[in-house]
Amino acid sequence: MLGLNRKDFLLFLVVTFLALFAPILLNPFPVGSAMAQFNAGYPDLMQRFVIFGIFAIGFNILFGLTGYLSFGHAAFLGVGSYSVVWMYKLLDYNILPGLFLAIVVSAVFALLIGFISLRRSGIYFSILTLAFAQMSFSLAYSVLTPITNGETGLQVYTSDPQILMSGFSPSSPHLFGLVMNDSSYLKFGGWEFTFNNGYYLCAVVLMVAFYLSIRIFRSPFGLMLRAVKSNQTRLNYTGLNPRPYTLAAFVISGMYAGLAGGLMAAMDPLAGAERMQWTASGEVVLMTILGGAGTLIGPILGAGFIKYFENIFSKINDSILHSWFAFLPDGLEDAVVFIIHPFIGKGWHLTLGILFVLVVVFLPGGLVEGGQRIARLFRRKPADKTDNDTSAKTDPAE
Amino acid sequence: MDAIILQILNGLDKGSAYALIALGLTLIFGTLGVVNFAHGALFMIGAFCAVTLSRILNFSFETIDPGKTDFLGNPATVETAYLEHWFGPEVGGAIIDWSVPLAILFSIPVMLVVGFVMERGLIKHFYKREHADQILVTFGLAIVLQEIIKYFYGANPIPTPAPDAFRGSLDFGVLLGFDPNAIIYPYWRLVYFLFAAVIIGAVFAFLRFTTFGMVVRAGMADRETVGLLGINIDKRFTIMFGIAAAVAGMAGVMYAPINSPNYHMGMDFLVLSFVVVVVGGMGSLPGAVLAGFLLGILESFASMNEVKSILPGIDQIIIYLVAIIILLTRPRGLMGRKGVMEG
Repeated sequence: MLGLNRKDFLLFLVVTFLALFAPILLNPFPVGSAMAQFNAGYPDLMQRFVIFGIFAIGFNILFGLTGYLSFGHAAFLGVGSYSVVWMYKLLDYNILPGLFLAIVVSAVFALLIGFISLRRSGIYFSILTLAFAQMSFSLAYSVLTPITNGETGLQVYTSDPQILMSGFSPSSPHLFGLVMNDSSYLKFGGWEFTFNNGYYLCAVVLMVAFYLSIRIFRSPFGLMLRAVKSNQTRLNYTGLNPRPYTLAAFVISGMYAGLAGGLMAAMDPLAGAERMQWTASGEVVLMTILGGAGTLIGPILGAGFIKYFENIFSKINDSILHSWFAFLPDGLEDAVVFIIHPFIGKGWHLTLGILFVLVVVFLPGGLVEGGQRIARLFRRKPADKTDNDTSAKTDPAE
Repeated sequence: MDAIILQILNGLDKGSAYALIALGLTLIFGTLGVVNFAHGALFMIGAFCAVTLSRILNFSFETIDPGKTDFLGNPATVETAYLEHWFGPEVGGAIIDWSVPLAILFSIPVMLVVGFVMERGLIKHFYKREHADQILVTFGLAIVLQEIIKYFYGANPIPTPAPDAFRGSLDFGVLLGFDPNAIIYPYWRLVYFLFAAVIIGAVFAFLRFTTFGMVVRAGMADRETVGLLGINIDKRFTIMFGIAAAVAGMAGVMYAPINSPNYHMGMDFLVLSFVVVVVGGMGSLPGAVLAGFLLGILESFASMNEVKSILPGIDQIIIYLVAIIILLTRPRGLMGRKGVMEG
């Protein structure tokens, strides 16, 4: 169906289901219950899940398939955001022209950076992309202030032309009148679910992005990219030039990143240079590796996992811990809380760093590989190679 | 002329920091073949060694001074550092004042231990894996180290002053026969440069003139053959990792008075030091040092107003620009050997 084989279609359905019903699935606790603060079903967070999911899917097309580790993808994210805000400033708050511009501009950017960076491979490629991203970041902060508004960040002012703006157009981001910030609410017993327009727009984009990435993974082009990863020299010997393929992959993943950046600005009409900083590039690397590089579903899982726990962990504080461990004897309770304390709240990055190191050391395939190992354990079958090639796994992550 | 000399001098201290970090990175890459993204974190830990020692030296107790009262009329409490109490205000005060130079002695064992633990505990398992994996695991490690420091010292920069004797500036221009106040250069930056020169000289001398260094150099050239000669090369490489960590740490200690240490200073330096290593040539020690000073000086020239008025923003990107040009035209770097990591 849809040009996918059964397994891929099933996976696509799962992602679609998760994306469409996320507002319900992520709100398992009734309002007012003690656990309600661990609900993640509010628009801002769900939008972040999906947007970073798109970003990571795009990154995975480059890193997962070709093995080229880019440390500069945040540059495209920033470029996408700036494009969208500029369209707000020049035309009106309709997001469609902005998103198109974001994809086009980031593609041009990716073409330029990729053309130069891809002349080298391995660590040199990483450093070149890092250098380009840092350069864009510094320039956005300093010289390009007329375009980027420097440290303040780009935003819409009343003095901006906004030539398409009429009396009826909403004064916040919208899609032909459908305002992104608007939500409809559903109350059901003790539960309250929020269905946000912006979130659903992102979810639809995610589904399209995911579908395209499946098609790319399964296409001859995707196979070619995998050949680049496994042995570039051999590819050269067969008379093929890998560079057009890697460049195409780089541009595609740059466009995904630009789209994600554009969506960020579509949800919240701001764009700042800090989105381009190399820590932001590092974040998408973390997401992709944590989820499972080279797998279809991995990047989405990784993005969701990191954003979810970032949110949850920063909410846990000592008093919550004390209430959790209240069943322990007093001294022991304090000791346990004392030990856990550095890892929660503001210490979330510490937890993430440790988790990341553990994943790289013990579980190079990320969460997807972890899931497969557990599944295999329960099936209690002798693991043979053909059997564990289940839905999500497409390529032995190296 | 005096402006040019001033810019060269300005470039030297930043260049020294780049050179020291890049030297350590190159040592690790040349010996162990590992791309260490956590090296900036080692630099940062070094700077926090200075902070820690100055805090330890400032441990004090409170006494009530009956002669004075505070604004509420209560007897005022006076804090006296234990050191001043034990050794008298003269000697104790001097020790506290010199906490940053003393921190070098303190940082060496600390950094050696950190280096050994890192290498034996984690990096050892990544020799045979791809460079991408090495980058990832050390990147994760850098995050962990950074967050640990943040947990203990907070997110704000901590001012760590240089000894009193080195505050103030040297009127360098007068020595060369220019007008007074033409070239003003802070003493501590001069100290930093001299210190960097000594450390770099020591590392080179160690590798050149000792048997240990000879074995290490042989191991860098051909690890297997050295192993076949019955030498435990792994152990020596581990020690070299510790030394590289100590070099980064000492660079950090001495940098603390120039820039108040904060937990992400390592990351800021790391990106630039990698660029420096690439420009100098992966695996080439003299290249790393040369490129460090070169890029430091270039950066300071690019931040001259005369240059900025022609090419706005050039000071922000000059280093990256140079790196891109070098990588595209001469991938092995300024002094890299032919065929080493030219990928």
